[in-house]
Amino acid sequence: MADLERTCLYDLHVELGAKMVPFAGYEMPVQYPMGVLKEHLHCRAAAGLFDVSHMGQVLIRPLQGGIAVAAEAFETLVPQDLLALKEGRQRYTFFTNDAGGILDDLMVANRGDHLFTVTNAACKAADLAHMRAHLAATCAVEEVTDRALLALQGPEAERVLAALVPEAADMRFMDVAVVASDHGDLWLSRSGYTGEDGFEISVPEDRAADFARALLADDAVAPIGLGARDSLRLEAGLCLYGSDLGPETSPIAAGLGWAIQKARRRGGAREGGFPGAEKILSEMEDGTARRRIGLRPEGRAPMRPGTPIHAGAEGGAPIGEVTSGAYGPSVEAPISMAYVDAGHAAEGTVLYGEVRGKRLPARVAAMPFREAGYRK
Amino acid sequence: MKFTEEHEWLVADGNIVTVGITEHASEQLGDVVFVELPDAETTVSTDDEVAVIESVKAASEILAPLDGEIVEVNEAVVENPGLVNEDPLGDGWFFKMRIEDPSVLDELMDDAAYKKFIG
Repeated sequence: MADLERTCLYDLHVELGAKMVPFAGYEMPVQYPMGVLKEHLHCRAAAGLFDVSHMGQVLIRPLQGGIAVAAEAFETLVPQDLLALKEGRQRYTFFTNDAGGILDDLMVANRGDHLFTVTNAACKAADLAHMRAHLAATCAVEEVTDRALLALQGPEAERVLAALVPEAADMRFMDVAVVASDHGDLWLSRSGYTGEDGFEISVPEDRAADFARALLADDAVAPIGLGARDSLRLEAGLCLYGSDLGPETSPIAAGLGWAIQKARRRGGAREGGFPGAEKILSEMEDGTARRRIGLRPEGRAPMRPGTPIHAGAEGGAPIGEVTSGAYGPSVEAPISMAYVDAGHAAEGTVLYGEVRGKRLPARVAAMPFREAGYRK
Repeated sequence: MKFTEEHEWLVADGNIVTVGITEHASEQLGDVVFVELPDAETTVSTDDEVAVIESVKAASEILAPLDGEIVEVNEAVVENPGLVNEDPLGDGWFFKMRIEDPSVLDELMDDAAYKKFIG
């Protein structure tokens, strides 16, 4: 696999028997010998360890003044209220473009005197350029290149991590902390991409393999690959950038209006002021032509990305398309996300997915498909 | 037991041939979560798409290995697709077909040839 990068945990993945595949320019573990299905279930029942070191880690430091300078500058790129983001907390945000679409979705944390962001692997170079282009007047934008990123997810995650880092137990959902440990300075956040309680942990690269081994030494912890990461996030109703979100996706159509705080909405203290604001704020009031929905096929056949969605069992043009779809191991049924015309998006509506030439019924369903286990 | 290049195995009992996928194929596919089988009494030609299996990764078509008539399908794998991974050469069989001339199986790979084929 020429020209692909490797994370500092590559040797550990191979040692654990991972099947490595190209993903966002990296050779990443898609599954371990346990297999996607059992990895998924293990993460829900105990704890799973994920290598997400391919994701972007970036620090935003104000050149002068306090954190408010960085928060204010960052607010020109995202529709979130970052001035209200308290120290030690993080928030889900997305970079918007002038057309009112999404350039990437990311986490932004307030770490006292600077912001810390975690961005998608496939977008990280573009995100960095975007931030540098727009924040340079007031902030230093520093890519973190000497730290790995792990995620420990599942009901046993707190117990396992607290055995190594007791401070972890005091954190609640979306808290962040910098903690000195036997494995170097750890940057913790109580969050993840599985719908489970858990943590993302940034660890110095030269300590990462030992730290991962220390976590894996607990019987509750199994390594989890990208395959199960995808089915876990799908059950949790979480969007995947590049599939469910993109530069042409309105955050309102995507159902992400909840992530735009009052201060940035119409009539708010700092209304608008981000790329595409006019379009996005109008959509918040008027709605969008399409909407992201959850779908539960009535049969057993998964409806995969690209599956056309029809309003009826016969005739008519498609009214939408599946953007994510797979078998949900914990819901024990196929599940999908789709974008459909807003008139067909009501929960309970029966729609039809065209699978191998046959229109199969599927019901519009609430998301998440499975209740989240966040420790709020 | 005979094998096709499509990673199916065939076992003949007179004119009745039982068909499934090999262990190698089931490992490559990953966890199977959906199986759609043909109706019994369907007449098929070699390389017709007769069944669909979906794993956690992707959908794959199962092709008819020979000309003949489907006489029985394994409803157990439709109910429990995991059987394809647990016991691909046994309980994970897909269908039985009646063929005219069992000697056509002689042209398929035997165990040694299949092992060589998958390298």
